[in-house]
Amino acid sequence: MSSVAGLKEKQEKSWKEHRLITIFRDLVKNKLAAIGIVIIASIFIAAVFAPWLSSYGPYEQDLSGTKLAAGADGHILGTDNYGRDMWSRLVHGARLSLVVGLSSVAIGLIGGIGLGLLAGYYRKLDGLIMRVVDLLFAFPGILLAMLIIAMLGTSLINVIIAISIWSIPGCARIVRGSVLSIKQQEYILAMKTLGASDRRILLKHILPNCTAPLIVFATMRMATAILSTSALSYLGLGAQPPTPEWGAMIAAGQDFMWEAPHMAIIPGLGIMLTVFAFNVVGDGLRDALDPNMDMNV
Amino acid sequence: MNPLLQVTDLETTFHTPNKDLTAVRNVSFSVDHGETLCIVGESGCGKSLTSLSIMGLLPAKGRITNGTILLGEEELTKQSEVQMEKIRGNKVSMIFQEPMTALNPVLTIGFQLRESLMIHRQMNKKAATVKSIELLNKVGIPSPRERLKQYPHELSGGMRQRVMIAIALACEPDLLIADEPTTALDVTIQAQILDLIDELQQEIGMGVIFVTHDMGVVAEIADRVMVMYGGEVVETADVDAIFEAPQHPYTKGLLHSVPDVDNPMQELKIIEGSMPGPDDKITGCRFHPRCPFAMEKCKQKEPPLFNLSPMHTSKCWLQEVTESESNTVIRG
Repeated sequence: MSSVAGLKEKQEKSWKEHRLITIFRDLVKNKLAAIGIVIIASIFIAAVFAPWLSSYGPYEQDLSGTKLAAGADGHILGTDNYGRDMWSRLVHGARLSLVVGLSSVAIGLIGGIGLGLLAGYYRKLDGLIMRVVDLLFAFPGILLAMLIIAMLGTSLINVIIAISIWSIPGCARIVRGSVLSIKQQEYILAMKTLGASDRRILLKHILPNCTAPLIVFATMRMATAILSTSALSYLGLGAQPPTPEWGAMIAAGQDFMWEAPHMAIIPGLGIMLTVFAFNVVGDGLRDALDPNMDMNV
Repeated sequence: MNPLLQVTDLETTFHTPNKDLTAVRNVSFSVDHGETLCIVGESGCGKSLTSLSIMGLLPAKGRITNGTILLGEEELTKQSEVQMEKIRGNKVSMIFQEPMTALNPVLTIGFQLRESLMIHRQMNKKAATVKSIELLNKVGIPSPRERLKQYPHELSGGMRQRVMIAIALACEPDLLIADEPTTALDVTIQAQILDLIDELQQEIGMGVIFVTHDMGVVAEIADRVMVMYGGEVVETADVDAIFEAPQHPYTKGLLHSVPDVDNPMQELKIIEGSMPGPDDKITGCRFHPRCPFAMEKCKQKEPPLFNLSPMHTSKCWLQEVTESESNTVIRG
């Protein structure tokens, strides 16, 4: 009898420990998402170990060997118009893209969660906050970012600020929507009968219920953030040369489109693969985290 | 000595754009230490709103418009929100009908148990965990240490209700408000939960307000019974008097609608019609449209509360008739 109970407990325990793994397994069942995860993982590895993966520095010029094609002279992906190693610039660019993406999404999330929680929980603040959010929504995103950079000046830090401000409204809406439904639940009333303050209820009891849509939002937002960073840099508003930023690299490469197409195509592929990977993983996460979604529909 | 809780002339109103709707009218009652008061009535009679009024947690737009709620020496209607937060969970606690929805699905049992200890007793996480295990033991949950790490969906309904009770009683409150805590459970679990509440009541010496519509539960647990109808108290008496000599026609109707196990052929009587809403205008007694004994007077004048004995009151004109009759008998 006791062994049966023990076995059951053991099973329960192992099941519980693997809850995250269950989500992961659901995610990997989706073929596209699995490919996305592999791509994201390789980009992360490339970014973290960039200096060790490349035998040339990203700024190292070699004017005797410019615009070399891929594979020539030990340059895996060739060189650009100053003879800088494209592979090295690509992996160092991944670093920049991920740092900008992660930090702008993080800042955007913090702002959006704060506003969304307040708007959803306090009826009086709702109208005010959501009108401001609507106002932000009314601007085309890239235009808003350009406006902010025009005010603050061109630098990567300002790109991060611009993109995070642009992430706030979407996040605020998602959080507000979740809070509106969660605050009506009986367990929130039960928490109030225990004497919990509003702040405690919001942060410790309502916020954890919003995590699923937020994870999906953050993943999707990473794609947009990376794309926007490159777009801004391409337009000359973000990273300045000689910084190895993908958008800036395309901008430099487009002048040599005919003689050395790899200069524009390689960073372009980098952007495309990264954005694609984050989008499909976001899609997959949405399905894996939402038990109500039927995969067959 | 004052009773533990003394509610006097409580009136709760909802403000709507068109008019004010009064959902609880002139409700007065008291609960003493160690006593169980059952509030009985149909859905929509104001039982739950009465208990939420005591907690000071009325839904948006609801407000206490009249009356006093004295808990010991403290007047609850005059406390600020911050003061009420210190009282809730500490001196007054509440448990709910649906153990499925009254626990947060994304937080562990342990997290939710620790909350009130950390709020009111300023315990650190370690001390609160030790106390939580003790509490789970007390409410009869096996292997409590493992339970702390589990999520609500991993427990059965009865277990969850036990956890709810453990959470509510963590700070040993003076008063427990139980809003139909057994309605969602099957009868065997229901009996276990009632026993548990009774046991813990003896131990802590708290007063219990038990909201229910189940007369079987009332018979099991109540010391005194308060019957509500249409936002008003229609009859208050101790439990024996309610079952043996119910006075108000509504109480009688409620008792007639409970099946009798010993009489399988019995046809259940129903109370015709339905509960009036708070915006229905009814002159005189609010029960008269459904009352089999309604007289002309009932339609015109609202009956006062008649005292049959110090502990037994009934809000019905029939009492006046009996009173005057008995007077004539005495005179004759």
